[in-house]
Amino acid sequence: MPDSLTAPHVLEYPYTRSTGEVIGRFFTGLKERRILGARTTEGHVLVPPQEYDPETGAELSDLIEVGETGVVTTWTWIAEPRPKHLLQKPFAFALVKLDGADTAMLHMVDTGDPSVMHTGMRVRVRWASDLIGDITDIACFEPEVA
Amino acid sequence: MRDVAVVGFAQTAYARSELELNETEMLMPVIHQALERGGIPQKEIGFTVSGSCDYLAGQPFAFVMALDAVGAWPPIRESHVEMDGAWALYEAWVRLQCGDIDSALVYAFGKSSLGDIRDVLTLQLDPYYTQPLWPDSVSMAALQARATLDAGKATEREMAEIAARSRRDARANAAAQVTGDFNADALLAERYISSPLRKHDCPPISDGAAAIVLAAGDLAQRVSKRPAWITGIDHRVEAHGLGMRDLTASASTRIAGERAGVGEGKVDVAELHAPFTHQEIILREALGLDDDVRVNPSGGALAANAVMVAGLTRIGEAAQRIIDGDANRVVAHATSGPCLQQNLVCVMEGRS
Amino acid sequence: MTDAYGVVSRPVRLDYTFTAGKALSRFLTIIEGGKIIGQRCPKCAKVYVPARGSCPTCGVATAEAVEVKDRGIVTTFCIVNIPFPGMAVKPPFAAASVLLDGADIAIFHLLQEVPVENVRMGLRVEAVWKPASEMEMSMESIAYFKPTGEPDAPYDSYKDLL
Repeated sequence: MPDSLTAPHVLEYPYTRSTGEVIGRFFTGLKERRILGARTTEGHVLVPPQEYDPETGAELSDLIEVGETGVVTTWTWIAEPRPKHLLQKPFAFALVKLDGADTAMLHMVDTGDPSVMHTGMRVRVRWASDLIGDITDIACFEPEVA
Repeated sequence: MRDVAVVGFAQTAYARSELELNETEMLMPVIHQALERGGIPQKEIGFTVSGSCDYLAGQPFAFVMALDAVGAWPPIRESHVEMDGAWALYEAWVRLQCGDIDSALVYAFGKSSLGDIRDVLTLQLDPYYTQPLWPDSVSMAALQARATLDAGKATEREMAEIAARSRRDARANAAAQVTGDFNADALLAERYISSPLRKHDCPPISDGAAAIVLAAGDLAQRVSKRPAWITGIDHRVEAHGLGMRDLTASASTRIAGERAGVGEGKVDVAELHAPFTHQEIILREALGLDDDVRVNPSGGALAANAVMVAGLTRIGEAAQRIIDGDANRVVAHATSGPCLQQNLVCVMEGRS
Repeated sequence: MTDAYGVVSRPVRLDYTFTAGKALSRFLTIIEGGKIIGQRCPKCAKVYVPARGSCPTCGVATAEAVEVKDRGIVTTFCIVNIPFPGMAVKPPFAAASVLLDGADIAIFHLLQEVPVENVRMGLRVEAVWKPASEMEMSMESIAYFKPTGEPDAPYDSYKDLL
């Protein structure tokens, strides 16, 4: 009886996704270094903007600009980046609540040093050098006061 | 509502990497064992439903091949959920409410070892804002753990103690993968994987399968001396965006638990699907479990975590306590999605 | 990248290590040596090629290994006229379900050495194996099937195995 055979297999799909109006406007905003959030009927500002209010299901289309600085609400330090991580040096994944927003967005924070990281720390967007209108136009966040 | 009970449960011994067997070969003995324990022949089963994820296998429609293990000819009533088998069990329970059939076979299988499970699970995230950043499953859980620590709802020591207790209890579970006598102090001296999570806070990577046989009313009485009657079952989901939720609490578990009637009697045993240590603390609170409730005597998902199987296994493990006469009223919980996004709660009772 | 139509590119790539399992590993190991092996169901006695360790009809494990012939019957076929990327043969060509002698389920393979207009149900065919140096643990150890010249199999002999 032979041992069970193994073989490498790659699953690869070149998906293209339609953004629709809300996500499309948000991505277009990033290209102009502007961050947009969606305002709900209760006046909450969701960043990144959602097409529907998760509380009520109401359609959202009122997009307003929020700040490019904000506060870390939770974080995790990645001492050893994995192959698919976009920052190939130690960094933090974090939820960042931007000034003017009521919800936090998941992104990366580059401090170079885990001892700098703390919940409540102020951070600022580091823009990508090449803006293409996608979530990665925000290269990552960095401490507001370097 | 029609009375439905778990009458048979079986599972594989879980392994880091099941190289010898393909999914069907892995599943077949488990299905036969569950049917035998449930006392219902395969050809008399009224409804068959499975839970699995094609991305685990890396092949679209991979679940179809698993049907070979069932013997789907002449054509059977069959369904599949691309979710943990616990949700397949929910579908079977709903199907049995129709009243025209009296039994169901529910199974789940998963080989988490074939791909990189931390990357595979990233594909369940929102594809516009989150997935392109490739946050892996452990890092997502770590964000929740930090928030829970910051909120004062847990300590790293409590988390280590949950890991130690789970793996100590798992020594009595022949199916468990990670077992042993661990000391919380020693565990806390280990380095972080994704802070504040250490290795012991995370589930093992597991391959395995599980199956449950459900029977309704008179049939359940006939085939089982002590069926585990489902007295309540409910599931709820929360918003997709991690930053829109209170990660330190589980509103969906709370509501599902209330709807399933968790608080309507004394709970002897709770099997909670908490792949990460801090999640047990969140779930206990959401379900309002007293400190004297025995949680995860099987070792839980910290002892074996075959993705798509571990939730169904919680229902099976809890039901088995009743079938064996070791408990009268049990709670089983299953979760899906990042940071306890979606939760199912099932309450079962023995009546004899 | 966003274009005028509001579309973003989201390529996904995952790497896996597939495992063949016991039954398929045995099939693949043996086909490299120019033989084809299946498994017989202990309940309905049907022979599955390639076997995957189970009988899909009965839902029981299969263990008994059975060697089948490298020749059989075209039970059904299609003519491929349109080229697609990665195509090994120039269209038009025939792809067929071949019921090997001794098996109860057809395999899928390429037909050659026969004009497509002559391909028909019931045609008797045999495997043309690759040279020993090119044999591998794959169905591709068989280069293609070609007609044997035997009389066609009567429809009744394979009608239940289509």
